[in-house]
Amino acid sequence: MTRPLVAIRSVSKNFGEFQALENVSLDVWPGEVMCLIGASGSGKTTLLRCINQLAMIDAGGIWLDGELLGVREQGGRLHRLSEREIGRQRLKTGMVFQRFNLFPHKTALENITEGPTQVQGRKSDEVRAEALELLRRVGLSAKADWYPAQLSGGQQQRVAIARALAMKPMLMLFDEPTSALDPELVGEVLAVMKELAKSGMTMMVVTHELGFAREVADRVVYMDQGAIVEQGRASDVLGAPREERTRAFLSAVI
Amino acid sequence: MKPAPALAEGFPDLSGLRIAREPHWFRWLSAALIVLVLAAIARAFANGQIEWSYVSRFLTAKVILEGIVNTMVMAVLAMALGIVLGIVVAIMRLSPNPVLKMVAAGYTWLFRGTPLILQLLLWFNLALVFPTIGIPGLWSARAVDVMTPFLAALLGLGINQGAYTSEVMRAGMLSVDIGQYEAAQAIGMGRLRALRRIVLPQAMRVVIPPLGNEFISMVKATSLASVIQYPELLHNAENIYYANSRVIELLIVAGLWYLLVVSILTPLQMLLERRFARGTLRLAR
Repeated sequence: MTRPLVAIRSVSKNFGEFQALENVSLDVWPGEVMCLIGASGSGKTTLLRCINQLAMIDAGGIWLDGELLGVREQGGRLHRLSEREIGRQRLKTGMVFQRFNLFPHKTALENITEGPTQVQGRKSDEVRAEALELLRRVGLSAKADWYPAQLSGGQQQRVAIARALAMKPMLMLFDEPTSALDPELVGEVLAVMKELAKSGMTMMVVTHELGFAREVADRVVYMDQGAIVEQGRASDVLGAPREERTRAFLSAVI
Repeated sequence: MKPAPALAEGFPDLSGLRIAREPHWFRWLSAALIVLVLAAIARAFANGQIEWSYVSRFLTAKVILEGIVNTMVMAVLAMALGIVLGIVVAIMRLSPNPVLKMVAAGYTWLFRGTPLILQLLLWFNLALVFPTIGIPGLWSARAVDVMTPFLAALLGLGINQGAYTSEVMRAGMLSVDIGQYEAAQAIGMGRLRALRRIVLPQAMRVVIPPLGNEFISMVKATSLASVIQYPELLHNAENIYYANSRVIELLIVAGLWYLLVVSILTPLQMLLERRFARGTLRLAR
């Protein structure tokens, strides 16, 4: 029996009065592509940010590759990990943001090589070759020396995917990767993500692209008000939802 | 499909007509007025009690040239000290550590809150408080010997500048989108590396115009160091007029030099701005 790559147990997260996550438990299995859907404010983005430790959970625990994230148990108490240890844990995940967040003062190629050379301390010529290969994979070989401001939104997001992949993560997190894009640019980003899913990458995708979820996702999770309402195969959750709230959401979206 | 309707009648063809030049009477009038005023001022100075031959004679006098060199050396060193302090203090101010935050806020409060000339006098007269300074058991010296006009001016100007620069730097760092910090964290960077590699290079673009301002202020603020005997431009000009009583002539000499230096600095700032504007749309190919 394999173990889940991500194990989320009874996780809660508050922003002041607002409870963003309420007692969420979930497993993500190696090679699985999971799509998280739900209205804005339902906690799906927060869940991704907690896995990447851009947000710290208030209760519960998240294990990635068998390792407890953010804290260490010692003498019956939990102690926060140092910034350095959290940085090391983050290397196992790659994050793709809604607004790309490419470094505007660096070229596409430099955006990709920044992490491997500066954080992982790897040799620059070896990293460069890998980065060029990643650019080829996302279809942007010709744009290596271009700055983000010279690229379209779809191209920027594909560079951002390559930047995350350059760290060789075990898990890719996508936070509404196509929501900031013009409609005609959505397809090129989804195509790269489909190719990535086919290659066997474990992926958690927060998205409103139900077509993508239906086609690519192994499992769809519907969240509302910080909790998981319903989950299952894409065809079941999207095609024949059991819960009233899921039905209401889907009919509002389509 | 319906055929496109014919265009309506009654709108004359304007092709072949050019836009006429406006006469701009008011511009000519105001320009003439200003020339008149300038001419009056020039005439007044030409007939006033100014010996212009002294101005041209002392403009390139050795003491004046030494003064301008000392002014520039002090401005560059004090500004460098100010920028280093400013960056460190801005990072402390934005750190999650409350102790560092308090120290940074206290520093800015103290050195922005007192006049620069007072701070210069305090540094210069430090020997009155601490006759000897040093590290116990390792090294010590008489404060009078250590605290030369040069060192007092450097510390006074540099540390004061650091208080102002820290706010400029903080503004620059705050101007960088929070998503940049998050993207840096997501590829495993710690806070300081993210600041150095990602945030500060972007903040530089924003802070160069105000820093250019600050440097120009600094060039002129060095003249305050004349009160602690630092031989900068104004101090040397004063020394000459104490001897020959040509007060206005030597003040004009000093003023012309300050103007010249500031005029040279402005295009240099534009070069720097271009360097840090890498990747912004304005310079896109």
